[in-house]
Amino acid sequence: MLFKIGRYLMTPGAKMALLAFALVFPFLASNEYQVYVMASAFVWAIAVYGLNIITGYCGQLNLAHGGFFAIGAYTLALLTADAGWSFWPAFVAALLVSAALGFLVGIVSLRLKEHYFAIFTLCVGFIIYLLIDKWEELTHGAIGVRNIAAPSGFGLVDFTETVPFYYLVLAFLVFCIWFMGRLSRSLLGRTFIAIRNGDELAQSLGINLMRNKILAFVLSTTYAGLAGALYAGMVRIIGPEEANIVHTFDMITYLLVGGIGTLMGPLLGTVGIVWITQSLQFLEEYRMIIFGPMLVILVIFFPRGISGQFLTWMHHKVQSMVPGKKRKEKKVQNASTEEAKNNA
Amino acid sequence: MLKVEHLTKMFGGLAAVNDVSVEFETGKINAIIGPNGAGKSTFFNLISGLHQPTSGRITLDGVDVTHMPSDKVARLGVGRTFQTTNLFEQATVLDNLIVGHRLRTESGLWDVLINSKRLQREEKAARDKAMEALDFVGLNHIAGQFIADTTQEERKRVAFALALATDPKIILLDEPAAGVNPEETEGFAELMRKMVDNGLTLCLIEHKMDMIMSLADKIMVLDHGEKIAEGTPEEIRNNPAVIEAYLGGDEDAAA
Amino acid sequence: MNLFFQQIINGLTLGSIYGLVALGLTLVYGILHVPNFAHGALYMVGAFMSYFFMVDLGVHYWIAMAGSAAVVAILAVLCERLVFHPLRNSPPIHDKIAAIGILLFLEAVVQMFWGSDFRRMSSPFTGILNFDGLIIPEQRLLIIVGAFVLVFALQLFLRKTMTGATIIAMAQSREGAFLVGIDANRVAMMTFAISGALAAIAATLYAPINLVYPAMGHLVIMKAFVIIIIGGMGSIPGAIVGGMIIGFAEALGGFYISTDYKDIIAFGLLVVILSIRPQGLFAKGAH
Repeated sequence: MLFKIGRYLMTPGAKMALLAFALVFPFLASNEYQVYVMASAFVWAIAVYGLNIITGYCGQLNLAHGGFFAIGAYTLALLTADAGWSFWPAFVAALLVSAALGFLVGIVSLRLKEHYFAIFTLCVGFIIYLLIDKWEELTHGAIGVRNIAAPSGFGLVDFTETVPFYYLVLAFLVFCIWFMGRLSRSLLGRTFIAIRNGDELAQSLGINLMRNKILAFVLSTTYAGLAGALYAGMVRIIGPEEANIVHTFDMITYLLVGGIGTLMGPLLGTVGIVWITQSLQFLEEYRMIIFGPMLVILVIFFPRGISGQFLTWMHHKVQSMVPGKKRKEKKVQNASTEEAKNNA
Repeated sequence: MLKVEHLTKMFGGLAAVNDVSVEFETGKINAIIGPNGAGKSTFFNLISGLHQPTSGRITLDGVDVTHMPSDKVARLGVGRTFQTTNLFEQATVLDNLIVGHRLRTESGLWDVLINSKRLQREEKAARDKAMEALDFVGLNHIAGQFIADTTQEERKRVAFALALATDPKIILLDEPAAGVNPEETEGFAELMRKMVDNGLTLCLIEHKMDMIMSLADKIMVLDHGEKIAEGTPEEIRNNPAVIEAYLGGDEDAAA
Repeated sequence: MNLFFQQIINGLTLGSIYGLVALGLTLVYGILHVPNFAHGALYMVGAFMSYFFMVDLGVHYWIAMAGSAAVVAILAVLCERLVFHPLRNSPPIHDKIAAIGILLFLEAVVQMFWGSDFRRMSSPFTGILNFDGLIIPEQRLLIIVGAFVLVFALQLFLRKTMTGATIIAMAQSREGAFLVGIDANRVAMMTFAISGALAAIAATLYAPINLVYPAMGHLVIMKAFVIIIIGGMGSIPGAIVGGMIIGFAEALGGFYISTDYKDIIAFGLLVVILSIRPQGLFAKGAH
């Protein structure tokens, strides 16, 4: 019974159903605030998908991810509020800046092995925070940036309203998930996974480490920058707090709970946890008291997260069904050979 | 096929490999033996490009590969297995092997985005190659199993298949029979003979003397980074320097 | 001239604190190959424990320091047993994430009890020493002397006692240590305990001239990582020398160049060094 549900969940039909639910959600929600929460969950999910590429598939723990989110947000904010750009050109600029900075950081940091990479990116994340906070001439420092433009609408569609914005984010999210799906199943995705399994093994398979790691990294920072830019367009006021490392830790939690290195993991983890913390308001202040031990327990007992555990469970169920048939066949075969022997 | 001339690798003041020269002929099974710490794995690392030699030359079919990076060496046809192979545990055996053909493909990010004909063609080729390699090592029946559910012996075979999927000319096997019982060891020996019959050259590091003696065409003995002997199993068996090096070591000396 | 001397003292002070923190970190990394991201949280808990003992319980400075060192040492051992030990065979990403989990938890707990305000902690050493015109605040002198005493004591412990020898043996060769029958678990627990105690003492020494707040471990831990990458993972002299380098760079840079960006100095140094030598300044040989 459970298995049948599981099997259905793995079909494209289930994903369509999920999309349908997301499309009608604003009409099911009891108020506009709920739509707003879901929209922000989607924005963070996009960022977590980015983290999934470099950390989940490629195996490099990037602790600067939140910093690139902030870079996307600030690029969009400064271009629209200070330089008077309209939203969409600034949005494209934010993507380019995130990609370019990702490339620069990647060239230096991805030569570092494992631990050094994590430490280095931790420092990069902090440097980004420090620069945003102190470089007042550029970023307004602690005051932050106001009057950020919302996405420019068209016709009757006004993106300063919550519901249209929700659909905009949903569109981006669907695209991001679609792309991740293509990536993970392709030779390129498999290349990333090979690198995660081990640098030396990947090299012996003819894989160029630097080129692929940088590609994964740039993709991930672009995702982060995209999410950051959308976030800025949504909240319209940002400050240095957007670059606080706690956001990176949050995203790691979402990713781990949902399922690191899986396709639906980032979505499940982000939406799930955002909603749980929403409904348990008191949790907001002390959520780290729960998140902290949760991370530890997950990593020790359920390292593959919800999605990963589910996929493994399904696989074993399938496997355990097949040999059973084989066993039956073998029994029949043995019986007939026994018979043949007896008759001989 | 593989010519090594005066190869030396220094780590700080220590010579892990010291002035080693040897030639490995096409289509033969070459073995490298020696006590622990003799520099055998380092020797492999130097050939496959994971370490850069301090001095010396390595030539593969006439091409100088001395300072070539690992991925280029692999593309030239040097396959490799490691003492511990890290595979994707939560994926099927076949899934793990598909990436083996990657080095012969050209598809990149753009291909993924537009799902180009080239990508589709190359992915099919990679899958076919994976099935072929799996078939060669005799593991079709577990193609759909998660690596996590396979035995040590099966995992080692998958590692062989992975190296085979890269379409190599020569495969470097680092202790392929470690951790398997005598029956399985014999199975690996057969597999290796099959590889050579199909035109491959093999070079293996092993400690199991019975296997080496019956399998190898040529044996090289390393001790403390230096080559102390080279020759057929017969010659090595009776070489006093070799026996000396193994006295006090922890593997069975050749009987 | 006097101002310059002040900066020298500041450099030595900062260097001592950073060195002590880096020392604990490098011990754990050198022996267990675990980059303990939670080390900064241990430092912070050390400061709050001392604060608690001194301010809430009214205990004397030295006793508070000892108490704090004991508490954090036990906490560190708990981390090792409950978290790092089960993860010793997992992919390296897992113990990093787990360390982050510990860090988040400890900060949140401290914040729950003491809030996120900045607190002041006093010490009995508020005086100023005057050596013929050269002025040294007592607390800073205490820090410098304390650091050197601790390092000296640690070296004695490692070289002259049996337990110390087991730690060194494991640092040099895990397999060798096993062959000789050294109990890896004991060594692991002891290493963590020592690193925790060092962090707590460093925090207690520094707190009177700084502030105590839940996020105080962040900057320190990042700099400690920079230090052990510069000085060599697992190297005790490296941790001290590296600490002094960063301490002086910050003191002099902060004073003569800019106070706003002084924190970036350590990281700037890291970026430069790792760009040139990805394996750090002191790479080990064949591993």
